[in-house]
Formats: sequence, structure tokens, C-alpha cells
Amino acid sequence: MNVVTNNKWIGERTIRPDGADKVTGRAAFAADTNMPGMIWGKVLRSPHPHARIKSIDTSKAEALPGVKAVVSARDVVDFPVDKSVMLGIQDMRWMCRNVMAREKALFPGHPIAAVAATTEAIAAKACELIEVEYEVLPWVIEIDDAIAPDAPILHDFMKFEGKPSNIGGRLEVKKGDVAEGFAQAEVIVERSFTTRPVHQGYIEPHACLVSVGADNKTTIWSSSQGQFMVRAMTAYLTGIPQSDIRAIPAEIGGGFGGKTIVYLEPLATLLAKKSGRPVKMVMTREEVMRATGPTSGSKSTVKIGAKKDGTIVAAQGTFYLQAGALPGSPNRGAVGCSFSPYDIPHVLAVGFDVLSNRSKVAAYRAPGAPIGAYAVECVLDELAEALKMDPLDLRLKNAARQGTKAAFGPVFPRIGYVETLQAAKSHPHYSAPLGKLQGRGVASGFWFNAGGESSAQVNITEDGNVVVTTGHPDVGGSRAAIANICAELLGIDYKRVSVLIGDTATIGFSNLTGGSRVLFASAIVVTQSTDKIIATLKERAAKIWDIDPEAVKWENGAAHPASPNAGQFEPLTLAELAAKAPSMGGPIGAGVQLNTEGAEGGFGTHICDVEVDPELGIVRVIRYTAVQDVGRAIHPGYVEGQIQGGVAQGIGWALNEEYIYNKSGKVDNPGFLDYRMPVCSDLPMLDTVMVEVPNPKHPQGVKGVGEVPLVPVMAAVANAIHNALGKRFYSLPMSPPVVLEVIEGPETRQAAE
Amino acid sequence: MAKLHVSTTINGEPVEFLCEPSDTMLDALRGPLGLTGSKEGCASGDCGACSITLDDRLVCSCLMLAVEAEGHALQTIEGMAHGDKLHPLQQKFLEMAALQCGICTSGMLVASDALLRKNSKPSEEEVRFWLAGNLCRCTGYDKIVRAVMETADEMREAAQ
Ligand code: FES
Ligand code: FES
Repeated sequence: MNVVTNNKWIGERTIRPDGADKVTGRAAFAADTNMPGMIWGKVLRSPHPHARIKSIDTSKAEALPGVKAVVSARDVVDFPVDKSVMLGIQDMRWMCRNVMAREKALFPGHPIAAVAATTEAIAAKACELIEVEYEVLPWVIEIDDAIAPDAPILHDFMKFEGKPSNIGGRLEVKKGDVAEGFAQAEVIVERSFTTRPVHQGYIEPHACLVSVGADNKTTIWSSSQGQFMVRAMTAYLTGIPQSDIRAIPAEIGGGFGGKTIVYLEPLATLLAKKSGRPVKMVMTREEVMRATGPTSGSKSTVKIGAKKDGTIVAAQGTFYLQAGALPGSPNRGAVGCSFSPYDIPHVLAVGFDVLSNRSKVAAYRAPGAPIGAYAVECVLDELAEALKMDPLDLRLKNAARQGTKAAFGPVFPRIGYVETLQAAKSHPHYSAPLGKLQGRGVASGFWFNAGGESSAQVNITEDGNVVVTTGHPDVGGSRAAIANICAELLGIDYKRVSVLIGDTATIGFSNLTGGSRVLFASAIVVTQSTDKIIATLKERAAKIWDIDPEAVKWENGAAHPASPNAGQFEPLTLAELAAKAPSMGGPIGAGVQLNTEGAEGGFGTHICDVEVDPELGIVRVIRYTAVQDVGRAIHPGYVEGQIQGGVAQGIGWALNEEYIYNKSGKVDNPGFLDYRMPVCSDLPMLDTVMVEVPNPKHPQGVKGVGEVPLVPVMAAVANAIHNALGKRFYSLPMSPPVVLEVIEGPETRQAAE
Repeated sequence: MAKLHVSTTINGEPVEFLCEPSDTMLDALRGPLGLTGSKEGCASGDCGACSITLDDRLVCSCLMLAVEAEGHALQTIEGMAHGDKLHPLQQKFLEMAALQCGICTSGMLVASDALLRKNSKPSEEEVRFWLAGNLCRCTGYDKIVRAVMETADEMREAAQ
């Protein structure tokens, strides 16, 4: 495939096709749709972190006037624990127990039952009338407690090394022999780190509206990162065949991985089926915080050994990631990505999936990779210090390049990691002077990026314009980039291209909006569809001119006779050919469905400056530059936006965000006031440098860009704080009380208090 | 209990609606009034997705009772454009990619408009502190702050 070079629309900051609706309030997000006869669903949630459900009596709730249906685990399809049923990376055994507690309630907020009633207030009242008899069990929240020998065990069926355990699995990535590697090392740094669970923090709570006909035909409006995932999971959990379910993607108000699984849709479907009425469900922010996401908290140890000249000879990482109450930590990202920016002969990375009485984790932007990179990139900073090397030089010396074999398997093709390091090093930011109590840190990061299934349909309208339908919810401007690509190929104004997200009945299967795959994959199917259309257009022009189709070229939105007929005929525009379509073989359109391949991993290198207030312990990021190999920026505005958004999330993770648990095992900060995400006044401008090393396996050179920018941030901030204070931090978040304690030492603080 | 009747003005139009005494203005807007441009991100005054103005004062409609609208004038995102002509802030947000998912955008625009009405030449710091009550999880705020400042510049030039 050729990489397009001379462009009119690719690389342009066009106005997104869905833009006007989003700035005028017209765009319909998940909670914005209503239906005649609609009623409201609410979920009764467990107050306990761990309890056996002995009985559920719904009779009083059902008797309440206005209540139309009550459902509990009895109504959800059971997937017995002894047989795995996978849907993508999700195991339906765990999904069925996550959407509705089955044998046990496993975390505070775990759904126990759901009610549909004529008003939200009645539904909430009915939830209070449901009588649940619990046998409260000992519970466990933190990793160390969960893996202790006498820990309360969440699932009797889960065994590790032959014994009942809260360790749900072990994952290993290995290259060479680390023992041999460390024996060659002249300098070794080994450190341990912890991070806290953080929430994806999308501003739109989960919501859906479901209607089920008497014939089981089901329509779901919801916002998710994949309407096909919604359809499949709802089908699995309700027993309604996929062909009877039409899942319509609403506009999605942020996901970041957290909307790659369902919470409400199956419950609303069961309630709608039972009641015969459309059912709407909308989570409160508190429900979002208690029962959805977050990503894992972690504990890890990383050891890196190098020669005195800075050559890294061995690296080892052990990562314990919290899964929440059901298996499924993002260990793959932690063990697979952490060491991947480097060419290291001996690597061993091991991850453990640790269960405890927390909500089940969901994907969050490069799942697992930021946790691993935080530890690795902080250790590299210490290694550079020990070697008296510039930290970027240390990375440059060991950087992965074309031909490097990554520990997780592949041999890298042409990649742009070195370019990000060079761009960072020569960036004015890197040599700018720093003031008192200010410091600078750097860090790098890698994410796999994904390809996978995508479908597109491109149709030419009768008036010669274009409608493109794809199957991936657009979270951050992908429609704009698709319009750019299609307009480029057809040689027409991008405004003539409408881009829509189809529902499960109107477009072919398309996998999740996740893994930074959407533009990579949809560009391929849209390009192939458009190429087919261009071929048709050329054939039709050839027929009209009575020449060979090979002798027609498509340029600037029109068919032109090429040599030897050049200049003999007037060009035929897209509009003219569209008008002639009925008499020339019919409608013009093409669709392509593919399992796309060739998504190459992405790399980024970040520079962060902080200033520390030693009185209050507040760390402020005062300057930030994120350099990333983006392959090809089809719409630079939204590529920069992905990078800036990732950085902002990372700054929150580094400095403030954390789930705080109280003594009774419940989240104590389930709202935006106490779960402190960065607000506008917390951040500086976030500078981006887009390095473009085109992906040779993609028609436009696209690489995924959305996830890489979160990976390096926490380490970049930690390294900057060290540079400012001369003190290292080994746990996140580096929030004011923690920073003060390190500055003053625990004794000084107590004395002062 | 019977519903309460409220007469108010929304986006310049006289409007009447019925509500429960406990309904918030956001409930009324998104429910009986069908104005779903204002979003609910938290219902606790922490995210700003529900921002509207009440007699030109920026408020979180989730913190205001619907009955408090009686006799006042409200402005929501739906009243920002004039017909098919976007407000300069709306246009600038589009041009500068100052939105990604768009769920915060209504609130951001309403809040930014309220700022520019008070302060036609805000500094970066003033913009950042004014918008500190409007959470955006997607953009990192960079492009939003730039869009507001550029719009302010252009509106001042246009006014001269
Ligand atoms: S919904 Fe009103 S501030 Fe969040
Ligand atoms: S654009 Fe998504 S929250 Fe602001």
C-alpha cells in the first residue's frame, strides 16, 4: 500500500461532521432519548463489601403502585464458573456476576436487584422495599491483605498453585535469561512502587433506553464504546438472540475504556421484557464511582541492570494488579508494554491478577501500561542518575528500533521511538532554565495499538455527495478524520462527505472503540470501499467515452481521460456520474468488512516541569511537552487533543486521583468533589510535538494515538518532583499530604501538629 | 402532592411548566421542557455540564430548584446560536477542536459566554479559574482555553 503524500484534506483541521450538533446541544447522548410509554429503572446495590445472599424478597416492592417489573440474578442467564465463555477479552462467567450479584455480593455497589416503575422516585422507593437477607462475610480491599496467607477468599473455586487464593492468574513475558543478564550488570537499581485505583472519569454517566417488543425484538439506545459489544453481551445475558437486538449507539460522553463493557443494558432489557414498556436507566455519579471502572491499583517491583556505559543488560518487573471482585486485571499491558521502548537482551516481566472486594476493573487508556511504565521509567531515572547520564541519553542508548525484538514477541518494523527522544532532546523545553523549587522530569511509554474487525459502507448520493457509515462510536473526532480521508481519495470538498456511525442493524460487525484502533481500522475499510467506488466511476466514464477503463484517471473529483485519450473528452464529475447512475448500472456504493492487521505500536516521550509548594505540599505542573510518534496525523487537531487529554488524565493520576476506602470497606469519595480530577486551573497549556513516522502497513500511514499519551505521564511527573526536591516518591498519588510528609519527614510533621 | 406551576422565560421565550417541588431546574429542562443540551454529569454542582444562566448569572442548573425559575430569565445552550448562525464561541470551539466527546461542551460554552460578557479581555489565568467549575475529561483544557481567548480577541476586534 502506498502512503499518500500530496494532500488537500489529510492533515487539515477540518470541522467535524458532528460538530454543529455538539456545540448547540442537539447531539443526543445516552440519557437524552425518551420514548412514549417509557418507565424508569433503578438498581438496588449491596451495602456490604462481601456477603452471601441468602434470600431476596421482592414482594413488597412488586406491590408498590407504579412498579412494573423487578428482576434479580434469577433472571440473568447464568454462566457456571467451571466453563469459560469469552467475548473478546471478557469472560461471560464474570460479566454475568458483575451485572447482577449471583451467589454473593462482592463489593459495595454490586447490583442485587433492579426495579422498573413509572417514575424514578417510585423505582427508588421500591428498591428500598426489597428485603435481602445477607450473611456478611470477612472482606479484603488492599493487595497485601488479599494475598496474605489468612486472607478471606472471594471465590472458593479460584485456586493458585493448588490452594484457594485471591490470585486469579499469572502472566509472564520473557526474553533471554535475566539471571545471566544481571550477572553482567555493573549498576543495578531495584525499587518498589504502589499506585491507587483511578477512575476513567468520563463526564457522562452510563445510561440506556431499551424497548422490547412482544416478539422479543429489542432496541437499545445507549452510549458505549461498541454497539456490537452491547448487542452481544446483552444477548448472552438475557438469552435474546443477537439478530433480535438492535443496538443504536448514542453519542458517547467519554469512555476511555470504561464503556467497553455493559452494566445497565442487560438489566434494562430484562425489565423492559418483563414490563412490556420501554425502560430508561441512568446511573448517578455515585453509582458510576462505586460500581463501574476503575483501573487497577498496583504494587510492583522493578529491577534494571546496566553496564557503566549505560547499556542496559537486564530488566525484571513484578506487577500485582487489582482486578476488583472478579478476575481481569490489565496485566498484559503492564508486563507487555513496560520494557518495550528498550532493546534489552534479558527481560522477565510477571503480572499477578489480584482479587479483592472492590468493583471490577474496566479498561482505562492503555490498560496496565501506565502502571508498568510508572515503575520502569522511575527506575530508569535513578539509573541515569547513578550512571551520571542524561536521562534522555540513557533512553537513546537503549532505544528500541527497527529490528528490535520486543519481549512480548514481535520484531519491530520501522518505528519512531528514537525520533521522539531526539525531538524531546532538541526541544527548547528541555534546556529552558528552571527556578527555585522547580524540577524537570522525562519519561517514555509504549502501547501495543490494535487493529481488528471493522466495516464501512460508502454510498454516493443521487446528487453526487457521499455518505460514509462505519461501526465505531466516535469518542474524540474520528468522524472528522474519516471525512478527510474519503474527501482526499475522491478529490472533493470534505463538506460533501457525511460520516455516520451505524447501528448493529445497519452496518457490519465492527469491534470496540478501544485499543487506539478506530482510525487505523476504519481508514482501511473506508479506503478500500472508496477505491472500489472510484473503480466503478472510472468504468462508467470509460463506457460513456467508449474507451478502456484503464485509460481513465480519477482526479479532483472527476473522471479524466488519460493518455492516449487525454484531452479528448470533457471530465465527468462525481455529480454527473451520480446523475447518470440509474441508466449506467444503478446505485454507486461499496462496502468492505475486514479483520484489519498492521496496527503498529506507538511510542511517546514526555517532558514535565513542576513547581512544589513546600508549605502546602502542592505540586503544580507548570510546563508540559508530549512528543509522540503518531504515524500520520489525519486531523492534527484531534490528534493533539488525544495527546493533551491523555496527559491531563496522567497528571490527575500522578497528583490527586485515588479511591479512598473507609473502615467499613466502602469508597469514601464517590463524587467529583472528593475524587479530584484536574480542573482547568490546575493545568498549564499542554504542548504536543507530533513526530510522523508513517505506519508502512497502513494506506495513510496511521498509527493509533489515543492511549500512548497516558503511559509516560506519572513517571515524568515523579521524576520532575525528584528533580525539584531531591527526594524520590514511590507511590501515587503524590498528593499534598504525601508530599508534605516526604518533605518534612513523619516526625517533623507530628511535632508540628 | 400536586405539581407546581412555573412561569419563566427561557432563551427569550415565555415558558410554562409543571414540576415537583423537589425537581431541580436541570430535571425540568431535560424532562418536561425537552431541552437536553444541558447535561447531568454529577447532580452535585461539581462538573458544570448543566451550566445555564439565571438573569445573566452563571449557575449549575442541578443546584437550582425548578420552582426558582418563576419570574426569571434563563439562558441555556439551546439559545446560544441565532438561527443557523453560531455564536463566535461555538464557531471557534469547532475550528480549534476544543471538544472531543462533547458532553462538557454545552456547559463550557455557556460558562465561557458568561465570562466574556463580564470580561471581554480575560487573561489565561482568568479563563482557567472561571472555567474551574467545568470539568472536561477529554481535552486537558488546552484547546478550550485557547478558543475562549481567541474568541475574546476576535469579538473585541469586531466590536471596534
Ligand atoms: S450536573 Fe450540575 S454540576 Fe454536574
Ligand atoms: S470533550 Fe469530553 S468531557 Fe470535555
